[in-house]
Amino acid sequence: MGKFAQLIQDIEKLWDKFGDVYLRGIRSTLILALVATAIGCLIGFACGVLNTIPYTKKDPLPKRFVLKLIRVVIRIYVEVFRGTPMMLQAVFIFYGLPYVTNLQHRFDSIWVASILVVSINTGAYMAESVRGGIISIDPGQTEGAKAIGMNHFQTMTSVILPQALRNIMPQIGNNFIINVKDTSVMFVIGFPDFFAAHRSASGANYLFFPSATIEMIGYLTVTLVSSFILRRIEKKLEGDASYELAAADQLVMVAGTYRHPGKGEHLAERSKELERDGK
Amino acid sequence: MANNNNEHNSRSQPILQIDHLSKAFGNNKVLNDIHFDVYQGDVISVIGASGSGKSTLLRCINLLETPTGGEIIYKGVNVLAPGVNATKYRSHVGMVFQSFNLFKNLTVLENCVVGQVRVLKRSRDQAKQYALELLDKVGMAPYIDAKPRQISGGQQQRVAIARALAMDPDLLLFDEPTSALDPETVGEVLAVMKNLANEGMTMLVVSHEMAFARDVSNQVFFMNEGVIHESGTPEEIFGNPKRQETIDFLARFRNT
Repeated sequence: MGKFAQLIQDIEKLWDKFGDVYLRGIRSTLILALVATAIGCLIGFACGVLNTIPYTKKDPLPKRFVLKLIRVVIRIYVEVFRGTPMMLQAVFIFYGLPYVTNLQHRFDSIWVASILVVSINTGAYMAESVRGGIISIDPGQTEGAKAIGMNHFQTMTSVILPQALRNIMPQIGNNFIINVKDTSVMFVIGFPDFFAAHRSASGANYLFFPSATIEMIGYLTVTLVSSFILRRIEKKLEGDASYELAAADQLVMVAGTYRHPGKGEHLAERSKELERDGK
Repeated sequence: MANNNNEHNSRSQPILQIDHLSKAFGNNKVLNDIHFDVYQGDVISVIGASGSGKSTLLRCINLLETPTGGEIIYKGVNVLAPGVNATKYRSHVGMVFQSFNLFKNLTVLENCVVGQVRVLKRSRDQAKQYALELLDKVGMAPYIDAKPRQISGGQQQRVAIARALAMDPDLLLFDEPTSALDPETVGEVLAVMKNLANEGMTMLVVSHEMAFARDVSNQVFFMNEGVIHESGTPEEIFGNPKRQETIDFLARFRNT
């Protein structure tokens, strides 16, 4: 118990001195994770749409060549950024730019560099998720859209992507939570995130364990709250379970279809019956 | 039988000419040298056993499948020629699917609006008004706010018909529109289709509903092994079939 009291005391001491450093760190981490996940999703969706443009042997050669090239480029992008550590990518890009441009260009803002690295990395993962999401949509949806004369872009934006988005929402959430944690590696290029706050706070007074405890609680709080919010968003995307009837339908020939109660779980009706029977 | 074949003489150009159309999946020839014309106001029923190529024929006409030979001439233009905009052609030829294929992410109303707005570039208000009119016609006006998964199969199919009509098609293709439905909801869809036929809509219907083929269409094609084996008026096909395969096929239906 004595140890625990001491831990509380040390945490209090740390917080008094470095509280705002930690808080600013959390803020930076959250902003970076949010912005990079959003941009990463856009990259992923763009890749997904470009990747699924259909072509047949009958199409003219230039069109087939361009589409094939796009697929190859996306494939290389995905493999490279999925297959190397983000920490290394950060170093590679941050020091690579001034190196290859003979110091003509460099990242003036650590924010720009960090957002770039994390976005590109997230995009590589999202590209595959979006492709999976698109593939998982029933081909009948595409045929229905084609049959009313929609082109690939219209089909994607009006019909397929909204459904794919709903399906890959858990993966987007997953990526966001991974980003909250993994942006901690951005300290290698000097990004002042939550984990960097630990390094400066503990470096000053050697209270490594109490500081790490603050970090643990901080990260866990952020990810748990994020999880909760993401679930709510998913629910919202699913839409209403019921709908309002505008008037009666004269053509229906079966009874009892005037109103469909919200479709519950499988066997929900059955379990209600069982409850009623007191089983 | 509102229409009959004699009317064709007075009309100069068919809407659609199918000319030596064939389709093969690898070595498997599904359609072989199909040949027929569709005129304004025609209601053509295509009957035949499963695997005879009926659905493939319809899917080829709407270019959901690419034919391997022949021509599809829409208002004088071969739509299979290179450089012809298939997307634009499809917007003139409506299709109703066996599995409805309503857009699951959109409400009943939006299903009928989205094509008008995005493909035909109508204003949202205009599109909504027209969609409401058509949904009213198929008896689905009360359900405009429902999502496809919340309504029955027959209702979904009626919405799908309204969605196709919203594009003001010159020709409507029906690919076994009632085959996926519960027996009690088949009637409501057939009633809608019958109304359309009476209003003069040009329709090409692949179906196992023999009563519909007999009473509503002005021409019946019997398909067998990828060819139109026998064609004629409903009286000819149902009353006095000439080919043995047609007789056998119809006999199987009478016995059930």
